Amino acid sequence: MRSLRYAGPLRGVVFFALLASLPSFNLAHWVLNILVFTLMYAVMSSSWNLVGGFAGYPSLGHAAFFGIGAYTMALWFQHRAIHSGYEPFLLLPLVGLLAAAIGLPVAVIAMRTRSDVFAIVTITLLFVTQTLAFNLRGLTKGAQGLSIAAPPFSARTFERPFYYTLIVLLALAMGITFGAMRSKLGLSLAAVRADEDKARGIGVRVLGVKLLSFSVSVGLTAMVGGIWAYYEGFIYPQFAVDPLVTIAIVLMTFLGGRATLWGPVLGAFILETGQQTLAYSLGGSQFYLIAYAMVFLLVMLLMPRGIVPSIQDRLRQRRRRTEVDAGAPRPSPPTMTRSSDTRTSVPALKGHA
Amino acid sequence: MHALIQGIILGVLTAGVYALMASGQTLIFGIMKVVNLAQGAMVILGAYLSYQLFTSFGIDPLLAIPITTVAMFIVGVAVQLLFLRPLKSEDRSELSLLVTFAVALLLEGIMSVTWKTSVRSINTGYANSSWTVFGYQITLVRLWAFLLSIAALLVLYLLLNRTRFGRAIRATVQNPESARLLGVESSRVSALGFGLGAATAAAAGSVYGLLYPFNSGSHYDLISRLLSIVLLGGLGSIGGAVVGALIVSTSSAVVASTISPSWSEMTFFVILLLVLLIRPQGLFGTTARGAI
Repeated sequence: MRSLRYAGPLRGVVFFALLASLPSFNLAHWVLNILVFTLMYAVMSSSWNLVGGFAGYPSLGHAAFFGIGAYTMALWFQHRAIHSGYEPFLLLPLVGLLAAAIGLPVAVIAMRTRSDVFAIVTITLLFVTQTLAFNLRGLTKGAQGLSIAAPPFSARTFERPFYYTLIVLLALAMGITFGAMRSKLGLSLAAVRADEDKARGIGVRVLGVKLLSFSVSVGLTAMVGGIWAYYEGFIYPQFAVDPLVTIAIVLMTFLGGRATLWGPVLGAFILETGQQTLAYSLGGSQFYLIAYAMVFLLVMLLMPRGIVPSIQDRLRQRRRRTEVDAGAPRPSPPTMTRSSDTRTSVPALKGHA
Repeated sequence: MHALIQGIILGVLTAGVYALMASGQTLIFGIMKVVNLAQGAMVILGAYLSYQLFTSFGIDPLLAIPITTVAMFIVGVAVQLLFLRPLKSEDRSELSLLVTFAVALLLEGIMSVTWKTSVRSINTGYANSSWTVFGYQITLVRLWAFLLSIAALLVLYLLLNRTRFGRAIRATVQNPESARLLGVESSRVSALGFGLGAATAAAAGSVYGLLYPFNSGSHYDLISRLLSIVLLGGLGSIGGAVVGALIVSTSSAVVASTISPSWSEMTFFVILLLVLLIRPQGLFGTTARGAI
């Protein structure tokens, strides 16, 4: 068991070391560009996972906070000069805090409802934000969009600052997830997801953990929005607050596996790289929307529990079998592996595999 | 004052088409507990179908309704059988929500490949005629749209209350287990019910195409309005959908005529916010099931 205890952190160290060393391989710009977007989605689906996965509140409104982050960044630098090019990155924590603060009252109201109604409420929130972005012309310049001064980075290493900042953010998001899974917070969230009324009955501070997970989640999402705005240099309301962003985040988390540490990251790496390649090869035509929807439907129908939980179950079964063969006493299953809680049932797995 | 009354007239006339769309959506929720995010896309598809019938064969959109409803009924049944029925796991309501979102994207993709993304409108001979009554303008096309929506709602009402199929649907809405015990085949009712919801979307689409220009992306606007209406009326209640449509459509038309058209969209969301704060289950919704 000793080796197992260090397997998780070791995996993390190897993963991040690999990620951090990638730019030094002199990759082409388009590859790095795809990587930057992949990291953006990895951060966002990891943070969506805190609310949608662990707490069981499927928010469809996260793109609104992505947009809030993007607009905050763009507005801040409307009348301020960018000298070294690194100022926007220093602003990011503030962007996150602002979005988290906006997220609190939103969560208080929206989280009065549950599951599908919560999803509806959050998706209308997304449309409200989009309408505001179009209509508050004095602030956002409406459909005209806003621009940010281009960073004075050399063209050869242009992507690197964005790339490394996103790695830090991903480490932060995954660190928070990891910490939550190992702590009482994670247990509380799992209790909320399984049965909120009972959880309240046994003394879980339901409102507190819900609000905390929601604001941390949207704060991280807004920070990605800020980076995106700076990276693109120009933002339009229809892209800054885009239902497709929401749906991509949700889909990635579902594909990889909800309420797991690695699922959302895995989902982002599979889907975003796939999507970018599709978009290149299909020339940005509308066929790509069809392809995207088909992938989405296939994932939902064939693998509703996601890749990571399916693999974990299979590994656990095999381990159990070998231990039984060796005559060893059966270990009690680990208490906090999310995939093995209420959702796991062997018939369901057989039915969908 | 003039602008206010003009807004009310416009809002009431427009409410018909929204009531029709929303009743389909709330019916689907009532039967299957599925929030159909593809309802807006189905409406737009209905609008495109009647646009195509009008431009290729010169069939008036109002006469095209029997054709488009049958076509969309089949599409609806197919969607239910292919994508919704296979969902079995515990969080079905969550998954079905995402699946219908994916269906909406799929329909959007298909529509933008077939008809491109430029904005289309159906220009009938009577599109621009209007009457002036006591100084208030009433366009013929809106009056038609209103009457037609009322007629379609009446058909839906009769179907639900006077036929065996309607009885089976209402029984399923009220209590699926008892309905099953009494010999209602709930899986068949679900498929046909989804088809019925899609058919109302088609009828509403023909009317919508007469009233507004549209393109494949219009369904995002529609779905956000529909969700506000359905939540206001109470999920699963058709009467609630009609009342919700009246309230929402009238107030947004009043805002458009008295304040500014660009803020009328916000009316929907302000109303929704108030509903959530004061009465989260909606006007006619019950915490238990079975309001139809």
